[in-house]
Amino acid sequence: MAAPGSAPTSAPAASETVLHRALSGGTLPRWAPWASALAAAVLAAALAALTPVSGRAGTLLVGALLFVVIETGWSFAVEGRRHAKDRLATTLVYACFLVAVTPLVAILASVVAEGSKVFTVPFLTHSMRNIDPRQSGGGVYHALIGTMEQVGIAALLGVPIGILVAIYLVEYGRGGRLARAISFFVDVMTGVPSIVAGLFVYTGLVLTLGFERSGFAGSLALAILMIPVVVRSTEEMLKLVPNELRESSYALGVPKYRTILRVVVPTAIGGIITGAMLAIARVAGETAPLLLTTFLSQSINPNPFADPQASIPTFVWDQISQGTNASVARAWAGALTLILLVMGLNLLARGIAHLNRAK
Amino acid sequence: MTTTTVGSAPAAPGPHEGSPIRGTAVRPGDRVFRGLTRGAGILVLLIMAAIAVFLVWRAVPALRQDSVSFFTYQQWFPDPSSDAAKPAFGIAALAFGTIVSAFVAMLLAVPVGYGIALFISHYAPRRLASPLAYLVDLLAAVPSIIFGLWGLEFLMPRSVGLMKWLNDHLGFVPIFDNRLGVYTRSLALASIVLAIMILPTVSAISREVFRQVPLGHIEAALALGATRWEMVRTAVIPFGTPGMISAAMLGLGRALGETIAVALVLSSTFSINGHITEPGANTFAANIANRWNEAGSVGLGALVASGLVLFVITLVVNSLARLIIERRREFSGAN
Repeated sequence: MAAPGSAPTSAPAASETVLHRALSGGTLPRWAPWASALAAAVLAAALAALTPVSGRAGTLLVGALLFVVIETGWSFAVEGRRHAKDRLATTLVYACFLVAVTPLVAILASVVAEGSKVFTVPFLTHSMRNIDPRQSGGGVYHALIGTMEQVGIAALLGVPIGILVAIYLVEYGRGGRLARAISFFVDVMTGVPSIVAGLFVYTGLVLTLGFERSGFAGSLALAILMIPVVVRSTEEMLKLVPNELRESSYALGVPKYRTILRVVVPTAIGGIITGAMLAIARVAGETAPLLLTTFLSQSINPNPFADPQASIPTFVWDQISQGTNASVARAWAGALTLILLVMGLNLLARGIAHLNRAK
Repeated sequence: MTTTTVGSAPAAPGPHEGSPIRGTAVRPGDRVFRGLTRGAGILVLLIMAAIAVFLVWRAVPALRQDSVSFFTYQQWFPDPSSDAAKPAFGIAALAFGTIVSAFVAMLLAVPVGYGIALFISHYAPRRLASPLAYLVDLLAAVPSIIFGLWGLEFLMPRSVGLMKWLNDHLGFVPIFDNRLGVYTRSLALASIVLAIMILPTVSAISREVFRQVPLGHIEAALALGATRWEMVRTAVIPFGTPGMISAAMLGLGRALGETIAVALVLSSTFSINGHITEPGANTFAANIANRWNEAGSVGLGALVASGLVLFVITLVVNSLARLIIERRREFSGAN
């Protein structure tokens, strides 16, 4: 920036361009990042060819570093320190995002590539009964039934409780001491490790009350994990319902509970369903609590209240533990089944949210 | 609604008999529904209390039989095969593995998580921001068993090069020194997997905070001639600091409690080994998952005791994170 003191003494011949440059400084052309990237790529390729920089990863890394050096250096020379710093920060922030997307793509790609080798119709319609770990064949049917039932029961328990808690927090509790305590512990509950939920259900239900390990015990653990997620999302949605709606309802003499059930909840129902489905998707992939409470099973057990019951996550765990080529292939196919289920629920939930917003 | 004031009307035997009618009428339905929602809220408190009570109750008998110090002993022999031997188990190695893996994961994930959050809130093109945010959230939807399978089958063989490079070039730093020449199933690998898993947590919460930076602060910074980075440094980060701290702590909490991915990636040993690229270590949660099905009666109690320690640690970390973020009440970690 031009120092104000020096302005009056400068030569009257100072042309407009000089003034302009003094005020705004030099700028790199818009294509500067692309040019730097190109230069970095060429240099990295040359380095890879001439020196023993090993592998694709090494070349990429060298290229990225070269890009940072070239662009920042260029900017420093033309635009000065502040802008060079700004460009460096921009590069780093973009790089962070790429770093996050890379594992996502890698995971999805390897699950689809490896899983689709065994993922067939018989895989979905057969159980693992009488299949030796080293043998190929068998399938995920028993686990699919188990997951449907366990997650279904967990949803039947967890979703209504979660919605009721959220209604209490938003409509009744409103900042009272009890409401604040509940709100705090709901937050803390989101952080309870899933395996601790499994331990709790096992110690409470199996050791103390004498129930056996069953799908239902697993459902209880999943419900505990679901409740805080449902509460938080429902709470957000209920808070969005405009107060005018409540007030008009009261003005018509409608009791509070009917106002909540007939006006507030229906207004927010799209968001509530989305939140509930995201919670369901989240617990459908939980392994640890089920490992403790449902045990592993190789056969079809449609009764969630008695005997060990399989589920897709524990199926994958079991197949990895077997460690044979055939079982690891089954584990990948199980992972593909699980990811289709979870991502399907997730996309459906977001779809509902989107439709609802468009209205 | 007001009370009847005309003349001296007799108290009509109506639904509101006895008390003057206030702002809202209390009807039986109201009372029932209010009780129902309140009951559900109290249930949440009861569940949290019950978790603590049951874990303590089941852990204490096993702890009584422990013949060594529970907190400093490194080995895990809760069910001795002969009657002569006494149960001996301790959590020193578990605590070490849990804390180191979660801490390294946090070191790796937190800066990147902040970067992602900044990218989505202030750098990405406006129209792309929300689909890109969804992409990051999708990472949170991947079940942990899949992270474990992927970490074991895909990432582990590809990470050997990096670990070897660390040993060859940074081997003078004790933690990167690998004396065995074996680079698989290590604490470092577990930390990398954990770091990927907690990225979406860290970025989602810091993103919410960054979005709530008042527009006035941002525009003021830009109007003073700040570059975008200077604007971020002077307006966004100071405003978001409490949220950023809680985001890091919630990520830490998640990494501490993660079970399955760690159990699959790590080969379980009971030793405290600071050379994190060498195979073998253990964490609370992974140890429970691995030992559960073979544990005897004392063994189950011992695992419950270790789970109790994990519960207390995560409770403290999460409560602190919540208390810090409480200052700006609007954010919540639930997705």
